[in-house]
Amino acid sequence: MTVPVSWYLLLAAALFAIGVIGALTRRSGIAIFLSIELMLNAANLTLAAYSRLLGDRAGQMVVFFALAVAAAEAAVGLALFINIFRLRRTIDVNRLNLMRW
Amino acid sequence: MRPLDLLWLIPALPFAGAAVNGLLLRNRHKPLVTAIGVGAPGLSLVLALAALWDYVANLRPQPFEQFLYAWTTGSLAIDVAFRVDPLSAVMLFVVTFVGFWIHVYSVGYMGHDPGYRRFFAYMNLFMGAMLLLVLGNNLLVMFVGWEGVGLCSYLLIGYYFEEAFPPFAGKKAFVVNRIGDFAFLLGIFTLFSEYGTLHFGQLTERILADPGAAQRPFLLGLSLAGFTALCFFIGATGKSAQIPLFVWLPDAMAGPTPVSALIHAATMVTAGVYMVVRTNVLYQMAPEISTLVAVIGAATAIVAATIGLAQNDIKKVLAYSTVSQLGYMFLAAGVGAYVAAIFHLATHAFFKACLFLGSGSVIHAMGGEQDMRKMGGLKKQLPATYRTFWISTLAIAGIPPLAGFFSKDEILAGTFAHPGALYRVLWVVGLLTAGLTACYMFRAVYLTFEGKFRGSHEQAHHLHESPRVMTVPLVVLATGAVVAGWIGIPKGVWETFGAHDRNLLHHFLAPVVAEVHGAGAEHGMSHLVEWLLMAASVAIALAGIGIARSQWKRRGLEADAAFAARTPVVQRLLENKYWVDEIYDRLVVRPLAALARGCWKIVDTLIIDGGLHVGAFVTELTGDLGRFTTTGNVRQYALYFLGGVVLLFWWMVL
Repeated sequence: MTVPVSWYLLLAAALFAIGVIGALTRRSGIAIFLSIELMLNAANLTLAAYSRLLGDRAGQMVVFFALAVAAAEAAVGLALFINIFRLRRTIDVNRLNLMRW
Repeated sequence: MRPLDLLWLIPALPFAGAAVNGLLLRNRHKPLVTAIGVGAPGLSLVLALAALWDYVANLRPQPFEQFLYAWTTGSLAIDVAFRVDPLSAVMLFVVTFVGFWIHVYSVGYMGHDPGYRRFFAYMNLFMGAMLLLVLGNNLLVMFVGWEGVGLCSYLLIGYYFEEAFPPFAGKKAFVVNRIGDFAFLLGIFTLFSEYGTLHFGQLTERILADPGAAQRPFLLGLSLAGFTALCFFIGATGKSAQIPLFVWLPDAMAGPTPVSALIHAATMVTAGVYMVVRTNVLYQMAPEISTLVAVIGAATAIVAATIGLAQNDIKKVLAYSTVSQLGYMFLAAGVGAYVAAIFHLATHAFFKACLFLGSGSVIHAMGGEQDMRKMGGLKKQLPATYRTFWISTLAIAGIPPLAGFFSKDEILAGTFAHPGALYRVLWVVGLLTAGLTACYMFRAVYLTFEGKFRGSHEQAHHLHESPRVMTVPLVVLATGAVVAGWIGIPKGVWETFGAHDRNLLHHFLAPVVAEVHGAGAEHGMSHLVEWLLMAASVAIALAGIGIARSQWKRRGLEADAAFAARTPVVQRLLENKYWVDEIYDRLVVRPLAALARGCWKIVDTLIIDGGLHVGAFVTELTGDLGRFTTTGNVRQYALYFLGGVVLLFWWMVL
């Protein structure tokens, strides 16, 4: 039997919701970062699922691109946080509030 | 090539001289500045004489037109073109001749002035503009010249710009003139919209072709001709210093004396008279405006003459005398004696230029002093100046056979001959003015040249006759003041002696002032009346001279003091020029200044600036409120972001 597409979509929605809640509630920069990755992967999952449903490989191709971009972004993001940590000895985003009025 | 083909060079040369002197040369090139500054008007004079000879010998009375280029085309077609007809021929001669000799005189008078080059640049510019005004064959070219001379007048009145008063006087002249210019422009617009042309010849033709159209009601209860004539006359009152716009001319004496002679006596101020005579068709069709012109002219003549009686500044006396004589010219134009107006314009140019230059010579000798109370007895030290000044004074007083007599007599005869009781009153006013003129002019002569010297020791030591370069123009102009009147010896005189009528000017100008209604231009007076009128004007002139002689020749300033003691009210009234400046200040200048201040304080500062300030305040407030959302907390931003996504999703899907 095949897994109905709605399951994939529900899983993706759940992943996305977890990501959103994590991004909004966690204080650690790394944790927020992970949550964002979670949301990204929820989107990837949706793309792959629809690709399968519609029999069009283009969706899967987009997923690959998205993964590559996410990897690059993760590298940049981690580098940023390492530097912030070196400067401020913390990556608590509540205390990283220089960019304001 | 005939001389008339070089007509365009006559105004072009002074313009070129002004450009070279004003833009290319430096102050150290003084001999070259002199050569160009005097040479350009000199060449213009030669060319003008050649062109006039050519015109009179070959073309008269047909107008000669020289087309230069089409300024605009289409429905608003205006050419830059010149016209020589009898009227502009007379003006051309007067302007170039008197102008050239005043330039020569300036070489001596302005010789030590640091602004020598600038002075000649302005003077040449003036000559160019004046010639443009005189030669232009349509109203717009004339208007360009009209504004040009106004600009030069402003520049030259304010020539001594380091001092406080001259720039103010220049500004006053300019502003007062603008009031008139505005009306002049309105007149030009009206004529163009009604007749589709500004060309003098075509305009006259089209107006005469349909006199009914010109006399139909148009605006302000006036006919079309009346309205435009009124507009032009208001323009003329500005330029030619008539009531109510005469107040700038006495102040214009702040400029150097040759300027007063050239611009504010001989040429520019007569432009208004020229303009009225140029458009005489309109005035002939609007008798009510002609009457106004005559009344204003006569009123100006007598008001200015009375003020002149009580002035102590020699140039002020001459300035009021100029205003008064211009009044005569308008009186002539108003009674339809256009030839007499131009005749008086020409003779006045000679004797008044000579008088001004003579006063300049006196001022030069006195080291800049203009107050006659400090002069006296100068005839010993300045014999040439004294003689020429005296001759010109006789001319302006109207003693035969000098120039002023013939022209003034013709004006008075024209006024007397005009039907209507009002004109008899005007004639009496004119006659009284003639007496006053003789009186105040001889007062000036006696205070300046007779009696004892009243200046300081240094001044007495400094006294000297002016150099040749200044006295020669004086002699030339004084000669003009003697002979200029002979071109217009009245017909009656010739006929009394059984001679052929040789009133040259009348015959020459006749084609320009053709009568509209067909009534003869000749006033139908018997020779006896004509002779009696002449006798009356000579008698009153002699009376004026006699009074001046009995009062001021021996007693000098005591006579003034006695006059002041006897009639203190009149004395104060005259000395303060009827408080006209003060009245205008109260009635016009201050309300306007208050209005301007109101516009500044209320419209500009309060409404415009205030509106901007409110706008800026609202923007600032919004920003102030908005910036509190920018907390720097990344998770808060993420929440906004999420809210945005949800809203977008909601909007797109549902």
